[in-house]
Amino acid sequence: MTFAPGQTVGPFFHLGLPFEGGNLLVPAGHPEAVRLHGRVVDGEGAAVPDALIELWQADSTGRVPRETGSFHRDGFTFTGWGRAQTDGDGHYWFSTLIPGPARPGRRPFFALTVFARGLTDRLFTRAYLPGDEPDALLGGLPPDRRATLITTREPRGLLFDIHLQGEGETVFLSYPRQAR
Amino acid sequence: MTTQADIQREIDDLRGSGGPQPRRDYPPYRSSVLRHPTRDLCQADPEGVELWAPCFGPADIDDAESDLTIQRSGEPLGERIVVTGRVLDGDGRPVRHQLVEIWQANASGRYWHQRDQHPAPLDPNFVGAGRCLTDGDGVYTFQTIKPGAYPWRNHVNAWRPAHIHFSLFGTDFTQRLVTQMYFPGDPLFDLDPIYQSITDARARDMLVASYDHSVTKPEFSLGYRWDIVLSGTHRTPLEEP
Ligand SMILES: [Fe+2]
Repeated sequence: MTFAPGQTVGPFFHLGLPFEGGNLLVPAGHPEAVRLHGRVVDGEGAAVPDALIELWQADSTGRVPRETGSFHRDGFTFTGWGRAQTDGDGHYWFSTLIPGPARPGRRPFFALTVFARGLTDRLFTRAYLPGDEPDALLGGLPPDRRATLITTREPRGLLFDIHLQGEGETVFLSYPRQAR
Repeated sequence: MTTQADIQREIDDLRGSGGPQPRRDYPPYRSSVLRHPTRDLCQADPEGVELWAPCFGPADIDDAESDLTIQRSGEPLGERIVVTGRVLDGDGRPVRHQLVEIWQANASGRYWHQRDQHPAPLDPNFVGAGRCLTDGDGVYTFQTIKPGAYPWRNHVNAWRPAHIHFSLFGTDFTQRLVTQMYFPGDPLFDLDPIYQSITDARARDMLVASYDHSVTKPEFSLGYRWDIVLSGTHRTPLEEP
């Protein structure tokens, strides 16, 4: 079976995709809120001010959220999904919870989708928590590539820069059952 | 200055060079040059949240959001159309009760966006964004107006064929798709480096809607049908999170 091909989000996606509170999976004042943030940069290290990042993650126990309501957040329900656009400096941020592991002993990660003007198709990646748990994907990468998938712990959050190209290029993912 | 003829040569040189998805490295689309990863994608076995898609429901979306012609106080200008179709997964199963979002230019080819400098008129009665949930058969339907073609700065005299941007979710994370729907027979298809970034002709055809007279409403609007096939899922339908 043939799958519909992707196309770039273009320069005007702000009209259709970002929404009020999209980056606030939990209110910033939530006692367990952390900031997951970083910059999106191009092959020359310049900011990408017209990118959109989607975040999809487990809750703090590792459970996959099945709740609706992301577009009109009530401040109590954790839907696990959000959207953030980059600002003029290429910076994005989410207020969220630290995800738990998919299964005991697994390394937790945030699943991210990256869209931008100039990207002909979306990109998938994982932003892992720092840690020692073995992981098949990380284990199969050389150390410099592996490092691009691991967040840096900060006092109130986690830093995850996204390099679309070149020096420190982020590892982007494909999955089985996708067309190449 | 890069001319259409220069771009055309580049497009022709790359014809058929990619697979059924757009080439990430596609220099005729100039903004892609510094923004595409040069390393191969790394294949991952989906786990945890990657086996599931986010959930949306009636709490997220009002039924009226699927009608882009009633968002303002008056009637928008242009050719009223209905765009409808089914969202299917890679095994042909309908994607039920899932989010579909669209955004588009107005009938004159102008976006309701501060960065759109095309000197075509804004329409005070048309914003150009809508969303809906698919029904129990995976069917989505939007009432809108036909967008105009518009110029952009990729090269001298670059024009985009008329299109509607579509954002789609499947039943798992890996099926996420953002794409563009086009209208049949557009004379700009061969000239457009974004459309041609999909170098396989059959794959490109999948983004073109068909005119469907059974969707056309008497004395009211023309109808287009566009079915969307997402990639395959990675779990059995009854699996629980
Ligand atoms: Fe567009």
